[in-house]
Amino acid sequence: MTATLPVSTDPAVPAAPPRQLGRWRRLPLKAKAGAVLLGLFVLAAIIGPLVTPYDPSYQNPAFSLSLHRPDAAHLLGTTQSGQDVLSQLLVGIRMTLELALLVGVIATALSVIVGVSAAVLGGVWDEVLSLITNVFLVIPALPLLIILLGYLPKTGQTATVLVLAGLGWPWGARVIRAQTLAIRGRDFIAASRETGESTWRIIAFEIIPNEVSLIAANFVNTVLYAIGASVALAFIGLSNLSSWSLGTMLYWAQSQQALQLGAWWWFAPPGLAVALMGTALVLLNTGMDELGNPRLRDAARAGRVGGRRVRPTDPTPVLQAPPPRRSGLAAFAHSFSRSSLLDDRARGGDPR
Amino acid sequence: MPFILRRLGFYLVAAWVALTLNFFIPRLMPGNAVQAIMSKFPNLQPAAYRALEAMLGVGHPGSLWHQYLAYLGDVAHFNFGTDVAEYPAQVSTLLAETIPWTLTLVGTATVIAFLVGTALGILAGWRHGGWLDRVLPGLMFLQAIPYFFLALIMLTLLAVTVHLFPLGQGYAGGLIPGWNWAFASSALYHSLLPALTIVLTSLAGWMLQMRNVMITTIGEDYVLAAQAKGLPSHRVVLSYAARNALLPQLQGFGLALGFVVSGAIIMEIVFSYPGIGLLLLNAVTSNDFPLMQAIFLVITFAVLLANLIIDLVLVAVDPRVRAQGAGR
Repeated sequence: MTATLPVSTDPAVPAAPPRQLGRWRRLPLKAKAGAVLLGLFVLAAIIGPLVTPYDPSYQNPAFSLSLHRPDAAHLLGTTQSGQDVLSQLLVGIRMTLELALLVGVIATALSVIVGVSAAVLGGVWDEVLSLITNVFLVIPALPLLIILLGYLPKTGQTATVLVLAGLGWPWGARVIRAQTLAIRGRDFIAASRETGESTWRIIAFEIIPNEVSLIAANFVNTVLYAIGASVALAFIGLSNLSSWSLGTMLYWAQSQQALQLGAWWWFAPPGLAVALMGTALVLLNTGMDELGNPRLRDAARAGRVGGRRVRPTDPTPVLQAPPPRRSGLAAFAHSFSRSSLLDDRARGGDPR
Repeated sequence: MPFILRRLGFYLVAAWVALTLNFFIPRLMPGNAVQAIMSKFPNLQPAAYRALEAMLGVGHPGSLWHQYLAYLGDVAHFNFGTDVAEYPAQVSTLLAETIPWTLTLVGTATVIAFLVGTALGILAGWRHGGWLDRVLPGLMFLQAIPYFFLALIMLTLLAVTVHLFPLGQGYAGGLIPGWNWAFASSALYHSLLPALTIVLTSLAGWMLQMRNVMITTIGEDYVLAAQAKGLPSHRVVLSYAARNALLPQLQGFGLALGFVVSGAIIMEIVFSYPGIGLLLLNAVTSNDFPLMQAIFLVITFAVLLANLIIDLVLVAVDPRVRAQGAGR
């Protein structure tokens, strides 16, 4: 693909030597945007609960503070019982993010264990593990989560974390199994087998390091699932309703008729926080996809060489050094020279 | 045919796993479920106590194996037991009242979203770098919004602020459900906003996936060959690229269905739509376990059935699937 050439596609900027490009600079824009957005939420989760202006559960008895619109004292307004929405939001972001990250870690570990074992052990083990994976992939998780959590005592987060993680691994296991099968057939695995490395060593030092990007993408997806599922479960009341998460905030807003009362400041902040966290994770994942699959890369760059769109049927474009920048009189004088004709080509004229 | 038989076997196994989980979950949970339920509903009769015991297997009437067989037999006859919250209503009656609503709304909206999303994905993949790519971040935002939150936003904007749509419910109050114009038009009117919500949130996912598969497919040599032969663009796009990109898209549709349907069902709660979602909420808030479990089974079986239909479609449209079946 032409888009992968290590040459700057913007004719105005000389191509920087690849050595100078840090890992961060090489990331696609989407991944950067996602990482920054997610970073903001992580920051809010870390320092938020320390700087909450009020106790999120404190019900201000003053009648005038029931359903108060956002103002200087309550930046995001108050709930029907006079609780500060901003304080609830800051505490809720931490709670939701903590839970989602924990679920992500546990479920991803399960995915790796099941996926790698299925591919490495092979035979009957593979058949059985794949069958279990596929069955749990096709059974809808949310209704199952609902009966599991319905029967479990609703005291802490532990039950929610364990149940969400217990149902969140199949997709990752399937992807990781496929990747492990592909890697297992490569020569370097055969070589390490020949040199007498143990199966465990091969798994830990040859296979898993080659799947890091896949495992990372899977982790991001699982966190996304955990946020969505935990918020949905809390929204229908299946969570510890005396603690503040984004889902319980939405639950109270819905059950106390925030919508009918027109109190948008009550249900919009937690919902937007969920949506933005989700967007950050989707952006991060799409960006990582693009890193691995250059064809998916961003609109302006994809299929463009030297600023000109190239179709697959066109002859292979040949890149040339971008023209030197000239200013003022030099540019005027240059426009009469023969070499100025080359500039037009580089700027999107005929690449031939 | 071998492919379909193999898939059918797989769905039977999946259905059996769901049934078995449903049977064992209440029996493995800590505490006495019957006591817990009875204490919440003081008006229950002793007969209900025994019925609950039988269903939840607490009083041990017969061995576990006998209970299991009896349970499978009950489910086969659509007998999900007696409801505890609305005692003595039968769970199956409650389900029969709500399933048509959900099936029509969620089913139609999901299929529309899938078709439109796939079509847009084909366009975005073919015109890679075009205007559709520019709205991608916006689509990702839509995709990340929980269904029920978008429902809240839509209601605020289009029903509370601008009185364009009704505030919820399945049909206008005072109407009696039946096959007449007044009721049908009212039901259609009330379903527009929920349907729009489902389409908006799930559209982006199908579109992004189709776009990515299309971009990869368009890089294949046979697409280049088709272009080199001078075939018209629409033929290259539809018959060469899109047709091949459709296989992973349809498979993804099957796997994502459970997720989409669950999300849509939660969304019904916001609209007070008289479907399974609202029933589920009532079941959860009143600890109505028989109803919760029956809803789990109904949703699971619906998703399995939809997956089977998708497999049949795959066999019909994709010769590779047929060849794969014959090869084994």
